[in-house]
Amino acid sequence: MEFSRRDTLALGAGAVALAVLPFQVNAAADEAIAAFTGGADVAEGGVTLTAPEIAENGNTVPVSVDAAGATSILLLAAGNPTPGVATFNFGELAGSQSASTRIRLAGTQDVVAIAKMADGSFARAASTVKVTIGGCGG
Amino acid sequence: MISRRDFLQVSMAASALYGTSGFGNWARLAAQQALTQDQLLEFETFGNVSLIHITDIHAQLKPIYFREPSINIGVGGNKGAVPHVTGSDFRKLYGIDDGSHAAYALTYDDFTSLAQGYGRVGGLDRVATVVNAIRADRPDALLLDGGDTWHGSYTCYQTEGQDMVNVMNGLKPDAMTFHWEFTLGSGRVNELVESLPFTSLGQNIFDSEWDEPAELFKPYKMFERGGVKIAVIGQAFPYMPIANPRWMFPEYSFGIREDNMKEMVAEVRGKGAELVVLLSHNGFDVDKKMAGNVEGIDVILSGHTHDALPEPVLVGKTHIIASGSNGKFVSRVDLDVRDGEMKGIKHKLIPIFSDVIAPDADMAKLIDVQRAPYADQLSEVIGKTDSLLYRRGNFNGSWDDLICDALISEREADIAMSPGVRWGPSILPGQEITREDIWNVTSMSYGEAYRSEMTGEFIHTILEDVGDNLFNPDPYYQQGGDMVRIGGMGYKIDVTKPQGERITDMTLLKTGEKIDPSKTYVVAGWASVNEGTEGPQIWDVVEDHIKKQGTIKLDPNNSVQVVGA
Repeated sequence: MEFSRRDTLALGAGAVALAVLPFQVNAAADEAIAAFTGGADVAEGGVTLTAPEIAENGNTVPVSVDAAGATSILLLAAGNPTPGVATFNFGELAGSQSASTRIRLAGTQDVVAIAKMADGSFARAASTVKVTIGGCGG
Repeated sequence: MISRRDFLQVSMAASALYGTSGFGNWARLAAQQALTQDQLLEFETFGNVSLIHITDIHAQLKPIYFREPSINIGVGGNKGAVPHVTGSDFRKLYGIDDGSHAAYALTYDDFTSLAQGYGRVGGLDRVATVVNAIRADRPDALLLDGGDTWHGSYTCYQTEGQDMVNVMNGLKPDAMTFHWEFTLGSGRVNELVESLPFTSLGQNIFDSEWDEPAELFKPYKMFERGGVKIAVIGQAFPYMPIANPRWMFPEYSFGIREDNMKEMVAEVRGKGAELVVLLSHNGFDVDKKMAGNVEGIDVILSGHTHDALPEPVLVGKTHIIASGSNGKFVSRVDLDVRDGEMKGIKHKLIPIFSDVIAPDADMAKLIDVQRAPYADQLSEVIGKTDSLLYRRGNFNGSWDDLICDALISEREADIAMSPGVRWGPSILPGQEITREDIWNVTSMSYGEAYRSEMTGEFIHTILEDVGDNLFNPDPYYQQGGDMVRIGGMGYKIDVTKPQGERITDMTLLKTGEKIDPSKTYVVAGWASVNEGTEGPQIWDVVEDHIKKQGTIKLDPNNSVQVVGA
């Protein structure tokens, strides 16, 4: 939790950015969700989103999604300046509807996955990933 | 647990000698007369399986003093719940008499006089006596080490953990999990783990590149004891790469990995496990949440947050056992497992009173062999203290007050920061401070004391960040340490607020002025998680300071104002 001078400066700049940006689902994320769903209702559940509670490294956070019966899954980092991460499309011959990737998170925020099911319905899961400057373990 | 009758005996003896208060001013002889090894070990063997749990030894081979915290705040659903109960509230909760040996072992008040009466605690030669006694009752008892074993002393640092490996091998554990061990660096950890004659566990120890289970560490181990199939699943400290320097073990990734835990429980049950034990370094509140979310764990042997509880905590059908730290306690857990399930539990948290429990001769010799090459270094007297030196507490402790004083004066800083770790024994008023004592509270593989410039705003960001590691209402976002200790600056904290709003009224103590967010301050600290941190080692800084002071006398620290506890 302490820093060398160089890191302090870098983190200091980051801290200023943190104070300005509200890390919640921002307008850009809402727009991306609306574009994906066409404004349809989105149910909770039916999607498994696996992400760490606290990122070991905010620059490369492992995230995976799994939604049985999905035709595509939209993955968003809701608090990033550009929230869109990926849209995974699954063809009829796909053995499973799951995908893994690593994403960069600008700060503590929600990662959101929205699955479009074969019947045209939508399902959602979200997980808060904390990006910390490090602490002190017991 | 220690039976209520035992407490009664001790307190009656005290009353007879000193009247009814029984609190304070204990004579050493009187206190110890009431306590015997047989009494501490008394336990009617129960069921068909015995577990022995020891955790967070932090390389304390020899007896020490260890004061438990006065402030340990729980938040969210854990507000006011154990282990977030201290002092007289704790004694009331468990029916412990003031001035009794259990009061000395488990609570903080009147620590100095009780310590003078009851003496030191711990010492792995005494632990060996206890382990041997349990094995005499139940030869196939499982001994499980919860980790934070290969860290925390002069000899552990010099031998890169070899002293602890040698001594623990003498105790013959059956399995172990990990935390600070990884700060030896992954190369050294791998080397030591490969040398162990028992299994290294961690279902959450993954390869960081492929995010697959690390080969060297097993998620679980199956045992057959007393005709019972037992699965011991391991859980290493989840937040090592965040709380400790990631660059020292870049090949490894951790995390809570609750889904994988569920899979492992299902897998061992599928393999016929009748008893599922989790050997955990999660920390107590994280274990409570995990017990609620993961079905099928019978017993969690909980480590990391250094809590010592005289009774198991039950969450659903899961019994959580907390066995303290620094070699001060051993838990014995006897279980009755029949027809494929756990039918009963009997538990005792055994305090290791060093003057009451006889040292095991073989183990004493083995410990002396590890220490002999460093005897002169260890025993060199650096100074003396008139104040009680201790570490535990959410916001500060006198050891860290002293360390922060050393950083401010030796490094010419406005503000000092000392990490909120929970290890480190206590020193009584009137005691000499040896080099070993200083290393016991500072030893680590990244002890460089940096000197840096930080804006007021950035200092605030650090306090908020660390504060959230401790006071986030969701235990899965807690890291299990205490608040970063601050010297030269006071602040107010509202533990009920979200991150970013907890810390207010930051004040520079030397001028009494409010901290200016845009102004730059000189900050000295140690234990940076960043690679390439430069500065003298913290133990040298503290040693120089104590030498100059001669005798340490600290004023009470009232610089942190807590709201919402």
